[in-house]
Amino acid sequence: MTRKGFFAQNPSALIFIAVLALFTLAVTLMSEGLGAGVISTSFVKTLGKTLCLCLVALAMDLIWGYAGILSLGHMAFFALGGYMIGMWLMYARTEEIVVTALAQGGLPASDAEISQGIATQIFGVVGSSDLPAIWAFAHSLPLQFALALAVPGLLALIFGWLAFRSRVTGVYLSILTQAMTLALALYLFQNDSGLRGNNGLSGLQNLPGFGDSSQDLVSIWFFWASALALGMGYLTLTWIVSGKFGSVIRAIRDDEARVRFLGYPVEAYKLFLFTLTALIAALAGVLYYPQAGIINPAELAPIASIYLAVWVAIGGRGRLYGAVIGAASVSLLSSVFTSGRLPNIPLGPVSLNWVDWWLVILGLSFVAVTLFAPKGIGGLFDRFQRIPTPARKGAPLGPDDGSLQEQEAQP
Amino acid sequence: MRLTALLVAALCWLAPDLANAQDAAAIIAENRDQIEKPSRQTIGPVIAALAASGDAMADDILTAWAEKRLVVRKSDDALFLATPDGDGFLLTGLDGTPAGTAAKSDLTELKPNAGVRGVIAAALVQFTLSDPSPARRRAALDSIARDPTPETLEPLRASIASETDPELKALKERLERFLTLSFDPDSAARVAAISALGSDTSLDVRAALNPLVATTRVAALSKPDGNVARVLGVGRDLTEVEAYDLLVVAGLAPARLTLEDQRTALVANIVNDTVGGVPVAELDTQAARDRAYTALERAGTVPTAATDDEAKAALAMHGFFEVYVEPDPAVTSAARSALAGIETRVGMMRAADLGLDALSLAAIFFLAAIGLAVTFGVMGVINMAHGEFITMGAYTGFVVQLFVPDYTISLLVALPMAFAVTFAAGVAMERLVIRHLYKRPLETLLATFGISIALQQILKNVFGTQARPLTAPGWLDGALTFNDVVSISYIRIAIFVLALLFLAFFLYLMKRTRLGLEVRAVTQNRTMAASMGINPDRINMLTFGLGSGIAGIAGVAIGLYAKVTSEMGADYIVQSFMTVVVGGVGSVWGTLAGATMIGSLQKVIEFLNPSNTLSAQTYMILFIILFIQVRPRGIIALRGRAAGD
Repeated sequence: MTRKGFFAQNPSALIFIAVLALFTLAVTLMSEGLGAGVISTSFVKTLGKTLCLCLVALAMDLIWGYAGILSLGHMAFFALGGYMIGMWLMYARTEEIVVTALAQGGLPASDAEISQGIATQIFGVVGSSDLPAIWAFAHSLPLQFALALAVPGLLALIFGWLAFRSRVTGVYLSILTQAMTLALALYLFQNDSGLRGNNGLSGLQNLPGFGDSSQDLVSIWFFWASALALGMGYLTLTWIVSGKFGSVIRAIRDDEARVRFLGYPVEAYKLFLFTLTALIAALAGVLYYPQAGIINPAELAPIASIYLAVWVAIGGRGRLYGAVIGAASVSLLSSVFTSGRLPNIPLGPVSLNWVDWWLVILGLSFVAVTLFAPKGIGGLFDRFQRIPTPARKGAPLGPDDGSLQEQEAQP
Repeated sequence: MRLTALLVAALCWLAPDLANAQDAAAIIAENRDQIEKPSRQTIGPVIAALAASGDAMADDILTAWAEKRLVVRKSDDALFLATPDGDGFLLTGLDGTPAGTAAKSDLTELKPNAGVRGVIAAALVQFTLSDPSPARRRAALDSIARDPTPETLEPLRASIASETDPELKALKERLERFLTLSFDPDSAARVAAISALGSDTSLDVRAALNPLVATTRVAALSKPDGNVARVLGVGRDLTEVEAYDLLVVAGLAPARLTLEDQRTALVANIVNDTVGGVPVAELDTQAARDRAYTALERAGTVPTAATDDEAKAALAMHGFFEVYVEPDPAVTSAARSALAGIETRVGMMRAADLGLDALSLAAIFFLAAIGLAVTFGVMGVINMAHGEFITMGAYTGFVVQLFVPDYTISLLVALPMAFAVTFAAGVAMERLVIRHLYKRPLETLLATFGISIALQQILKNVFGTQARPLTAPGWLDGALTFNDVVSISYIRIAIFVLALLFLAFFLYLMKRTRLGLEVRAVTQNRTMAASMGINPDRINMLTFGLGSGIAGIAGVAIGLYAKVTSEMGADYIVQSFMTVVVGGVGSVWGTLAGATMIGSLQKVIEFLNPSNTLSAQTYMILFIILFIQVRPRGIIALRGRAAGD
């Protein structure tokens, strides 16, 4: 038997990369920075942010769709990554401003004065003028970038180790991850957390060292970076789920006990996946927040992670392109509906205000997808390819979940 | 007149030779020159005479005098009481008869100095402390307690004997002790007053004792003469910077050069791009700046400032002491030991108060979680919309109050209404959504989350984003106060009682009724229950409705003390799940234990770090995550078949 090539095994990956490349090219040609200027810089940023959300949705699909672990904490890793890179962006940017300001005082600035000035600039808003210890590495991009991956990764590793070794599974794990997210958000909301409390970090859209470049250009650079990260992420995850490793994690999803009895270290697999997806989420956050420009603890609220699950569920679990489609369509629709630019629809005496009712529509359509279309939008592709859904009708023949149904048992 | 006679007798110490009753106007006329140019030393007898005159006007005259409203009319040199009236003054004669008006320019105000005003105030206190009306006597005591002065001590002592009201007498004696311990010249009397306070732990006792043990920090070459509390060690009791600041304040050492001042001095002395011989471009390190500044010091262009070595030497040379403001060592040591005793008792009461707080928080958590204990604990259905059911209950209470103005009746209507509304919502949700997802718990979680998002937004659209009031009836206002430290509000007691009622109701329902039996049967083995003639669909529907209905009632209770917003339920959802999981899924006693543990833990953490309730929640969640490591099935774990899986 000859071994087929990677793309031959996974035709969807090739299609996805091609579509992504075309999309990137099209946006570049239409942008204000490098092209015709058909789409505004802020929309380029929105698209770039959407690509980052697609990347974190990919991570969510791997951990939930493939491994069956419904984590409600991945947006916390995403935001942590953003916080870590935001620290460098804010520090370096403030340093430029402080050095310029001090240079006008007659003497060249000393290191102590610079760091004092930076601390006052950044932390004046929470009534402090000392740089907290967690900002020790904020002056250096490589160190802070390493932290942006290490901090969420370590958190995921420790939390996952604690959770998986005590066999917390299913909904309990979901609630536990949600509690972790809530705890982290509440911690960051405090002024003495060292990350400016509920003010969060701001001014992240200004790239230190590139003060001359306009936002038109910067937005395109970040768009490219996001597209590249999404493409690489997609290929990596396709490679992971298509091999033997992928088979094992799907088996864990379907029957964890049986996989354990076959001798696989289920906890190690889960821990690896949990940490890996946390790293991907953190990377997405690193790229997302410089485009968003601001990050605050509200970004970590448990609801954000739930929206992530909603995107993946609507897009279609257990297929990578489904996660991307779900994240892109729902987050773009959300920004359209909540922008307030859509006209209200008059309904007799009242009028339907989209901003007010979008969440209701989203919530109910999510319920509908869960009930009637568990495959999500991705199910449509099955229909094109004429892959039938197994008809599992009739009463179950055994007491366990997933036991044969009456009609399946007929020859 | 007996009272007056007593008063006069009491006044004898002040005015031995003027103590016979006389007309106030006559006394003033007699001592006219003294009154116009009073001095603190000599005016005493005159004021005492006025106070003792028994004339009803004496009080008014003294008050006016102290307030600089006693005036001399320039035209006839007569004395009047003046009341501001428009641009001019309304005049009243010394015998109380109105005497027309006068412009400001026609009058000369008598301006007694602060010392004289103090004497007058003391005399006035004398008046009010012995006033026939108990209410005025009480008001006088309150005003002395608010603003105690040495002058009030003697009049207060004098008035105790004549006090007829036992309650006021006790108050006076208590106040007399406070004044004695602060102002009595005799040290033994003060110590006696301190020990007489005994086991009293109220706030005002502590407020009276604390100034006695107040200290100041001083720096000196040798031990100062005053009442020294202790010797401070630099680095142990105070930092070097603090110590040096003390030296600077005492004038024992020159101020240290701040970086800011150094910078300013250097900038001011830039000559040809160098400062003191150092090129400006090199001044980007502290060492270079110090070098430049020393060069300037040597040249004499800038004042000499203490260097680190000089500062160290000055610190080593001087001692630092904590000195009591109160000079009398006997008093301070008595006050210290009294405070230490009070501290212990207050600590115990604080613990009791903390226990009450923890219990009431536990009751709230229990109320919020008990509905979940039914739907999640018994049925195993994750209902993320549970928080919105709590909110719906609270809004039901709000709507009922719009129609029923009486708060007591509206509360009695709102409780069953909230149950009915959320019961219906729960049944509808079970029928439409959850029934289809019994075998897919993760998807139940997500679907109910969708419902939660939609419900929350619908409630927001209907009721707006601002908080709505849910007013408790008047009889729930206020608090049950045991003493200054231990108290608990009636609403919290009511919530506690409600939680107990729910516990009893739930236990009765599950263990003693047919429905409870069927619920337990369906939970344990649905197929077997069905073959015994139980309709599992109906039971599931009822159970879910019941859990949701309880959430609605909890919503009314929580709404009574918290603000009702569309997001209030969401605040409780994670904590409620934690309560159920920590307590042990499937056991109502477990939920109770979980609520008690989480409630008391949160209160204890808040007590240890009172400035920050957010961090209390953070640490609590961390604790729960770790706790689940130790007991994955919760405090009360079900065993055997009931445990399921």
